[in-house]
Amino acid sequence: MKRIAIQTDDFDISAELAALEALGGGGVASFTGIVRGEDGLVALELEHYPAMTQIQVERIAQEAMARWPLIGLSIIHRHGRLIPGERIVFVGTASRHRGAALESCAFLIDWLKSRAPFWKKAHYADGAGNWVASRAEDEAKAQDWDR
Amino acid sequence: MAAVTLVYFAWVREAIGRDEERVDLVSPDETIGELVTRLAARGGGYAEALADPDRLRAALDQQFVGFDQAIGTARELALFPPVTGG
Repeated sequence: MKRIAIQTDDFDISAELAALEALGGGGVASFTGIVRGEDGLVALELEHYPAMTQIQVERIAQEAMARWPLIGLSIIHRHGRLIPGERIVFVGTASRHRGAALESCAFLIDWLKSRAPFWKKAHYADGAGNWVASRAEDEAKAQDWDR
Repeated sequence: MAAVTLVYFAWVREAIGRDEERVDLVSPDETIGELVTRLAARGGGYAEALADPDRLRAALDQQFVGFDQAIGTARELALFPPVTGG
């Protein structure tokens, strides 16, 4: 099972996990990214490159399936305007082995952060808005998987 | 004459003030870096967005590439800041 969704709408984590559990692999790992409301942030706007996003996330999913024995994988990434507390991204993996489920889940979120064409703009209460700068440590984490 | 559709994202799009445009190439051998330098020379928002290639990333026909890549017969060249998804 491979599910990839790029959408504005929220999603039901219970349903996503249940679908992975129903595959019968015995192990399911997941990561959920949520908008932090720190420093007076009122909204996070996620822009993406529609013609590329699906293709690129598909490539990242294929890479995970080539590296680990997965029987299921779900990636949901939202775009549009999100407020603090809202979910941004979900990664779920299912395998017969916990190591494969946990490692591939970490790999997927690291690669999504630095290899999927999304950009975040932070909006603040005083009306200011600024594009979130990429972090060198995120790129380093993505590259660590190639060592 | 060879041409390519440019698409811009995030602050690159905001500085230039448009999300896409068609641009003629000097030749199919023109690299992304050469085209970016040529566009930055237009000044204004183009200079603001494109003057420092180290702040930019590129995708040619939806595939990440380096700035020394020739544009060739590609249909779409995207210019944007380093991604910040996840």
